[in-house]
Amino acid sequence: MEQEKRANGGNEGMDVRHVALLARLALTDEDAELFRGQMADIVGFVRKIGELNIEGIEPTTHAHRVENVFREDEPAPGLDRATALANAPEQAQGLFLTPRIVE
Amino acid sequence: MDTASVTLGEALAGLDRGDWSSEELVSDLLARIEAGNGALNAYLDVDADDALSQARAADRQRARGERAPLLGAPLAVKDNINVAGQSCACASRILEGYKAPCDATAIARLRREGAVFLGRTNMDEFAMGSSTEYSARGPARNPRNPDCVPGGSSGGSAAAVAAGMALAALGSDTGGSIRQPAAFCGCVGFKPSYGRVSRYGLTAFASSLDQIGSLTRGVDDATRLFFSMAGPDARDATTVTLPLPAPEACRREDLKGVVIGVPKEYFPSALAPDVRAAVLAAAETCRALGAETRDISLPHTEYAMAVYYIVAPAEASANLARFDGVRYGRRAAGATSPMDLYCRTRSEGFGREVKRRILLGAYVLSSGYYDAYYLSAQKARTLIRDDFTAAFRDCDAILAPVTPSAAFRMGEKTEDPVQMYLTDVFTATANLAGLCALSLPCAMNADGLPLAAQLIGPAFREDAVLGAAAALERAWGGPTGWMGRRA
Amino acid sequence: MTYEARIGLEVHVQLKTRSKMFCACSAEFGDEPNTRVCPVCLGYPGAMPAMNREAVELTALTGLMVGAQVAPLSVFARKSYFYPDMPKNYQISQYDRPLCIGGAVAIEWEGREKLVGLTRIHLEEDVGKSSHFGTSSGVDFNRAGIPLMEIVTEPVLTAPEEADAFLQALRQMVRYAGVSDGNMERGNIRCDANCSVRLRGETALGAKTEIKNLNTFKGVLAALRYEIRRQQDVLAAGGRVAMETRRWDGETGTTASMRSKEEAHDYRYFPEPDLMPVAMAPEQLAALQARIPELPRARRERFCRDYGLPAYDSEVLAADKAVADFFDETARVSDNPKAVSNWMMTEVLAKLAETGRTLAETPVAPRQLAELIALVDRGQINMPTAKSLFATMFDKGGDPVALVEQEGLAQVSSADDIGAWARQAVEENPKSVADYRSGKKAALQFLVGQVMRRSRGRAHPQKAAEALEELLKG
Ligand SMILES: [Zn+2]
Repeated sequence: MEQEKRANGGNEGMDVRHVALLARLALTDEDAELFRGQMADIVGFVRKIGELNIEGIEPTTHAHRVENVFREDEPAPGLDRATALANAPEQAQGLFLTPRIVE
Repeated sequence: MDTASVTLGEALAGLDRGDWSSEELVSDLLARIEAGNGALNAYLDVDADDALSQARAADRQRARGERAPLLGAPLAVKDNINVAGQSCACASRILEGYKAPCDATAIARLRREGAVFLGRTNMDEFAMGSSTEYSARGPARNPRNPDCVPGGSSGGSAAAVAAGMALAALGSDTGGSIRQPAAFCGCVGFKPSYGRVSRYGLTAFASSLDQIGSLTRGVDDATRLFFSMAGPDARDATTVTLPLPAPEACRREDLKGVVIGVPKEYFPSALAPDVRAAVLAAAETCRALGAETRDISLPHTEYAMAVYYIVAPAEASANLARFDGVRYGRRAAGATSPMDLYCRTRSEGFGREVKRRILLGAYVLSSGYYDAYYLSAQKARTLIRDDFTAAFRDCDAILAPVTPSAAFRMGEKTEDPVQMYLTDVFTATANLAGLCALSLPCAMNADGLPLAAQLIGPAFREDAVLGAAAALERAWGGPTGWMGRRA
Repeated sequence: MTYEARIGLEVHVQLKTRSKMFCACSAEFGDEPNTRVCPVCLGYPGAMPAMNREAVELTALTGLMVGAQVAPLSVFARKSYFYPDMPKNYQISQYDRPLCIGGAVAIEWEGREKLVGLTRIHLEEDVGKSSHFGTSSGVDFNRAGIPLMEIVTEPVLTAPEEADAFLQALRQMVRYAGVSDGNMERGNIRCDANCSVRLRGETALGAKTEIKNLNTFKGVLAALRYEIRRQQDVLAAGGRVAMETRRWDGETGTTASMRSKEEAHDYRYFPEPDLMPVAMAPEQLAALQARIPELPRARRERFCRDYGLPAYDSEVLAADKAVADFFDETARVSDNPKAVSNWMMTEVLAKLAETGRTLAETPVAPRQLAELIALVDRGQINMPTAKSLFATMFDKGGDPVALVEQEGLAQVSSADDIGAWARQAVEENPKSVADYRSGKKAALQFLVGQVMRRSRGRAHPQKAAEALEELLKG
């Protein structure tokens, strides 16, 4: 039974392939198979929060919240171009290169 | 001098007295690294020439009469903290070749105080793990027993300090990544309150939980490094402007008038007996030092792991989106479109644990699941915070275990992610609530593995934790005293 | 069957700040690629955003100008999607807690004032810019991280021309308040439109398409005209309009489905943990309120009222804040505001258009233009002289009174001087004289021209004509 559940993606199934596409991960068949089971376990584990009554509770985004943390609008020099491009896997004419973008 | 046991404070005192030079300290450490790192894999990269030249520069400054709190003090740095000109690969293939253009703010502050940066320590890839087995550069091992894990994710830092290959090291703690390896290896691991030390330049794992801290041989070293790094930073909007605690409050000799809370939820039946005994013995010492111990309750503790494993992966899934092979790091060959480039690069570049967390994070944020997972977890996080707020009305600090057991064996949990995740059960709460917390070695168990206790303090009351830890350490005979205690 | 369109716009307005939204890199336009970048705007590991106060204030200021509610608490969020021009592969934007909610922009439409309702205004960061060659694309991140204000209208616009009127009014307003340079050529204003068509009389909106890549006002007009026609044709043929994103191609003048963009669109918004919320205090809002300048409509009305200008003049002059300011200052020190208006609308605007300069870049001061007009009004120089004088002032600068003196340009009205030039002209041009006498009155203009030439432009033209007529009578 448990095996069956995992095989079709686990409890209400994380669609591993779909989520992997969202996250731009290409999974091998082997990894997809492994993750299907593991993700079902993990999702089952975190689903514990469903037991809590959280109605009317304010969500916490920041452990300590303050407001209005601003920087003044003062320009300052950044990286020089050679430094910025030094880390680039591929660059030409001062640009970072990628395979051609099709719009 | 014996770099295998000397604390950072003692090393600095020796430098001040002229007993040794920074160059000698560094050479000695380099020799130990040379001899010991092959077995432990605690360091990923050490540039000996660079470390020596930093040390010589510090010695020259000292010779000119200049003084700085850490002048000439060698530090090891976890591989996720940027040091200008060094690699900062987070033990991942995807950041191969990346060179940090600038210092992290914490590094810049330490540098200004004279620190020498020795090398990069091993870690679980992108700090995702609890054993340093998920490193793309191979696992690190526990110097107390090489068949055991050093803990993680700052396992390389803990192993280096415990093995005498570093006097002190920096780590990062998102759910226990400093405290747990410190407990497993037998060193002091300190995570300051969220917002105390700038995260600018720390490669983000979970931005609302991450905090830079230290792994040291003694409590005073933790205090020293804390004061050198802490303080607001305009480049990290989450740092606070609240004043730092008084340094003398961090260096207590007794605990008179202090109330130590002992939360019942942190002593479940599954807790290893030796860990339980060690922590309860620490409570006994607290009482002997004049503290009152009080039973307290943190009722939402059982939900902490679920909250943590929703919030942290969610933030991580966005934080790690930038690793795409366009601007820096590794790029897969042969891609024909940006989409293809991303998928190939990220699939080759990330290890399985990182992929699992990215998948989980993308899932809990995705359309249709956000409310049930992410939003619910954020609300549950409020309940966990409120637990601590209430508890700290009744006590000054909390005493608890760091881990459910002493260091586990290599390979024991790598096949079962959930079992691995559960090792964070006592530590992640401090991150969720933004508190400061410290792992203090207490004793050796029957297998010769260290046992530790955790002190958790209110946010921005680092003195509550450092002061209590200092008094305990002193009561046990100083920084190495715990080694002679049995549990 | 008649159809009606419903259009909503999402307008991205680049804010006029000195530095970027979340880092200190310069926000200026242009320069060599990747020279205005840093770890933050390149999305380096460990880099963190730091919020630009001015960008927040300019957005709130815009909200106040359109009567929006500036939210008591506003939150930034991460919007995740992968694209090479997006350094972090998430954009820091706002989602469920935008900075401004509601409000409306007044436009002139079909001879009446109409209020175009806004849904929200939020703040976000711009992305980089890519260019394409062969099998690869290159990305420049100079623009990445520049603050953008996104203004979202309700779907209440009924025609492409109305959308255009809205954009013009919006542009005028943001330029007036110094919120944006509003320069479309530089991409300061970019726009996406959503558009649906339904049978007249129906109450539910039809299926809408979202049109991207509208980077010029003309493009917005053309794309909407095309898209409305296309949807009408689909419906008229009994088909259904597909809900989709379409891309405007200015070269072919068509929109085309962007199926590639449709795949797995799930932005996974969540609150940005690296930034704190913004809570505008009442004092801060009051200070911003004081920064709101007199807006175009109020100004048009005042020009009519205070300077007695016709509505048309007021409209032209108030369209651009710099022009309106210049006019205002000139008119205030002049006895002849209508003449100032004429000068502004003809000579000044023509010169600006011709040279491509802005008023700030010319040496002419409002007081000098007023003096020039006074010289004409007092008959001290004639109009042609005034125009050439203005050209000198515009190009090289200089005070008109001093220039008239230096160059000896004062108008000559004395009967002796003019009579002498007129006699010379008559003597030397017997053919024109004969023409005039045989009834070709136009020949007089030629002779006046001859007088002007002899006087080096200084002769009073009316007096010259009179002198010539007198001579030719005999
Ligand atoms: Zn920048």
